[in-house]
Amino acid sequence: MRALPSREEAPVLSIRGLCKNFGALAVTQSVSLDLHPGARLGLIGPNGAGKTTLVNLLTGMLTPDAGDIILNGEYIEKLKAEQRVKRGLVRTHQINTLLTEHTMRDNVAIAVAERLGYAWRTLRFGPQWRACQEEAHAQLAELGVAQAGDRRVSELPYGQQRLLEIAIALALKPKVLLLDEPGAGIPSTESHIIDEALEKLPAEIAILLIEHDMDLVFRFAKKITVLVQGAVLTTGVPAEIAKNPEVRAVYLGRSQQV
Amino acid sequence: MNQPITPASTPQLNLPASGLTALRPVDAWHLAPWIIALAFYFLVPPGFHTLGTNVLVMILFTLSLDLALGFAGIITLGHAAFFGVGAYAAGVMVSKLTPDPIMGLLLATALAGVLGALTGMLILHTQGVAMFMLTLAIASIFYEVANQWRSVTGGDDGLTVPRPAALLAYFGFEGFRFDFAGKTAYLYALSVLFVWFLIAWRIVKSPFGRSLDGIRQNPRRMRAIGTPVWWRLVAMYGISCAMAGSAGALQAHAIRLVGLKSLELELSGIVAVMLVLGGERRLYGAFLGAAFYVLVHDWAAAINPFYWMFVVGALLVAVVLFLDGGLMGLLDRIAALFGRKKSGEEQASGDAK
Repeated sequence: MRALPSREEAPVLSIRGLCKNFGALAVTQSVSLDLHPGARLGLIGPNGAGKTTLVNLLTGMLTPDAGDIILNGEYIEKLKAEQRVKRGLVRTHQINTLLTEHTMRDNVAIAVAERLGYAWRTLRFGPQWRACQEEAHAQLAELGVAQAGDRRVSELPYGQQRLLEIAIALALKPKVLLLDEPGAGIPSTESHIIDEALEKLPAEIAILLIEHDMDLVFRFAKKITVLVQGAVLTTGVPAEIAKNPEVRAVYLGRSQQV
Repeated sequence: MNQPITPASTPQLNLPASGLTALRPVDAWHLAPWIIALAFYFLVPPGFHTLGTNVLVMILFTLSLDLALGFAGIITLGHAAFFGVGAYAAGVMVSKLTPDPIMGLLLATALAGVLGALTGMLILHTQGVAMFMLTLAIASIFYEVANQWRSVTGGDDGLTVPRPAALLAYFGFEGFRFDFAGKTAYLYALSVLFVWFLIAWRIVKSPFGRSLDGIRQNPRRMRAIGTPVWWRLVAMYGISCAMAGSAGALQAHAIRLVGLKSLELELSGIVAVMLVLGGERRLYGAFLGAAFYVLVHDWAAAINPFYWMFVVGALLVAVVLFLDGGLMGLLDRIAALFGRKKSGEEQASGDAK
């Protein structure tokens, strides 16, 4: 961060000295990060580095022991998970977390209804629900999967389910999007569908990408933060990270070429 | 969002018309249960209307469980508590507050709904077995209150409810007196069931109902899109308990005997059996399940008053083992055999979602 030219605009998401212990194990050690609008930050680190814990702290699945999370100038670490979503902090899941009995379009439409505040409506809802369906359709069309909108999620191929995770998140119009291993489980021959989806993400959203697939991270991220044993080891542009001997030692292994 | 939509890859979205005004010919079967219910009223000999009223009351009660257990996935084995609250409240009101049945029905419904929402606030923090145990515990508390509060409830003697005033007496119309044959009671129960059915129909089709269907399938997903899961479950549970209270109030007005049986665990079990028999999450499943159970019970008990439970038990085992989706599932398969057009068939099975 410090090595990079400072931006004038304020960060949309700031993490300040975030700490979390599981008993004696410090899984998050004073992590600080800034995400500006339009950021494309990759978060990498070996297994057990605390990447998923960090996502869970940000989304409200876990409560931090110390530190602040500031979204758009508001301290959100005390807010419930659903309140953070309403303020524009949205995640996708490493393991598909979908409504498998609903159609693809309904999955997105339910998210749209929730965002627009229609989800409490019971007796008068026709035009509103129709608008949700239309927006959901447009969202799926953007990711190129609208033709499967009427199919039940349980019948969809795995790759389309991964795209649906992203489509639902986008339907919530996030300011900050946490992508938790969007390529997880996708065979390398099909990984281009995730690449294409990531390219289409709206430019103004700040994105934190957590991913095991190094190729995907290095293609997508403009900056990369390396997390080791719960602490930030270094942050830099992909080329610097690839050359950094420390990173290669702890993460990539001495013999591996990037 | 800022990416242009390529027309070549984007199919047009053709949404079916929504709402009750847009019923197509293929949806005409929606009228069938109501035509049958009205035909029953006109065709059966006097003396059978009370049996019909029993069926209607149980349909309403099963419908209420379908909202909570079927759609929202709230695992409850204490739903009779709210049926009983409605029944006792309506019964006590006829003798102590006002003989007007509609006033009594509304107040009993509201009371059951409020008690449901309040107890729901406790139990809906939990999941699975813990929730199941808490619903049992709350039902036991309600039962014990009714058992001990003899001055109001009559304890284990039960409550004999006086005859309520004529149905529309409040509006100055004395035509619908509760007659000895129970014909007015039957129409009364049918009207209340119809109103509640329309409400339930709208709820399950609404964004609210769909979000609860989502909570049943995957609460994590719903939290991740910003759904206040607990509040929404409390709301649905309250509506479901109000509906169960209405069913209890109907029983108090129409059958005019309220006892501890209306609060017992056995009734909670029976209503769950009716729901599974008919098919969960189908709304009409409540109609089939409750009607089937009450009629088989009546028939089997007439043949042998000691072994009727055996017949019902065997039927339930058969349905669970061989009929996926209960009696509604069976109807689906019969409809498919008759080769309805595919689009119509999908619509029919999608209707109950």
